[in-house]
Amino acid sequence: MRFSEKIQTVQDTPLTATGIEMLQVNVGYRCNLACKHCHVEGGPERQEVMDRVTVDAVLKVMRSGSIKALDITGGAPELNPHFRYLVEEAQNAGCHVVVRTNLAIFFEGGMEDLFAWYDRGRVELVASLPSCRHEQVDRVRGKGIFEKSITALKRLNSLGYGVDNGRKLNLVYNPAGAFLPPEQSSLEAEYRKELLSAYGITFTMLYTFANMPIGRFRQFLLRTGNLDMYMAKLVDAFNPQTLCGLMCRRLLNVGWDGRLYDCDFNQMTGIGVTEGCPTVLSHFDHGRLASRRIAVDDHCFGCTAGQGST
Amino acid sequence: MSDYYRQEDLERFGEIGKFNPELFRKFMDWYNASLQPGALSRREKVLIGLGVAHAVQCPYCIDAYTKSCLEEGMDMEHITEAVHIASAVRGGASLIHGIQAHNAADKISL
Repeated sequence: MRFSEKIQTVQDTPLTATGIEMLQVNVGYRCNLACKHCHVEGGPERQEVMDRVTVDAVLKVMRSGSIKALDITGGAPELNPHFRYLVEEAQNAGCHVVVRTNLAIFFEGGMEDLFAWYDRGRVELVASLPSCRHEQVDRVRGKGIFEKSITALKRLNSLGYGVDNGRKLNLVYNPAGAFLPPEQSSLEAEYRKELLSAYGITFTMLYTFANMPIGRFRQFLLRTGNLDMYMAKLVDAFNPQTLCGLMCRRLLNVGWDGRLYDCDFNQMTGIGVTEGCPTVLSHFDHGRLASRRIAVDDHCFGCTAGQGST
Repeated sequence: MSDYYRQEDLERFGEIGKFNPELFRKFMDWYNASLQPGALSRREKVLIGLGVAHAVQCPYCIDAYTKSCLEEGMDMEHITEAVHIASAVRGGASLIHGIQAHNAADKISL
């Protein structure tokens, strides 16, 4: 069953946005890593990077005051040459800024002052850590990445990130294969116990996200003959209670080239905002986009499986 | 031997209820209820299930509970430790019966 048909079995109307609480900006697909589950298929060779003109278009929207929060993703956002300008100017405009970091970026050349720069700012960090264990993280993300991640988390803790009354440091778990994530609170308890006892690390919250059947993860599913099984698993786990909290209903996604999407997954599958809406950020119109119909496809089952993944 | 254990047969488990639906329904209700979190978490329960699956050497159960363990956020380190416990208990169960042999021998020996 297609996702659009599934929606019709539980509600009379198509999915629509309920507002734009957050602008999610993908500043480019270039990344220092090439993780096996990456829906962006990010990597060091990718050339798609948001330019200054588009960054200024983002800032123009944020300065207008209609959206209060900016969620910056990539690739590795820090590799965009205009990244710090974007963060600082958005903060100057009074916006709350969230950055999705891969933790290993702190140890790349030219990033020596990144800890100190984050420390000076008020940036909320969301960091990938698909396991508390060395072998699994390195298998998914690359050799040596677990050790770098642990070192970065310790340093962030020492700077006041992820500690009581400190800045927010949220972690993200993705399954390391063709299976669904566990219930969020139970895994969060395990992460807290393991990271504290083994490394003395604390964090704010753990998000458990299902892998979307797109990008590099889809290639893995196809290569291993697991695509049909995985899709059936997502469809079987469809939970209508997740629909009201879907992120696409509360945010607008911007591609590196300024095109508009309902979410980062639609961006990677080339599905723009629905007809009748402005398609590029330079034509941003809050009124028309805030109640738009959400464009859906079968990968959307990834966000509605089980407890949901948004 | 491979014909005796076909992966697709797991999907046909419901057919066991064909000749006695009521007993099968009661089994499934009991089975599902036993996996619900209680004093033990679901994570702990599926790990026990994995150990038992290895002890009874059921390929269907091993397949299903390995996936359940992964879906509960566990990895091969957890799974391997559980398999060792199951194997150790099984081995110990054989070994303790050596006392039966001692007893039998003692009874008829000078």
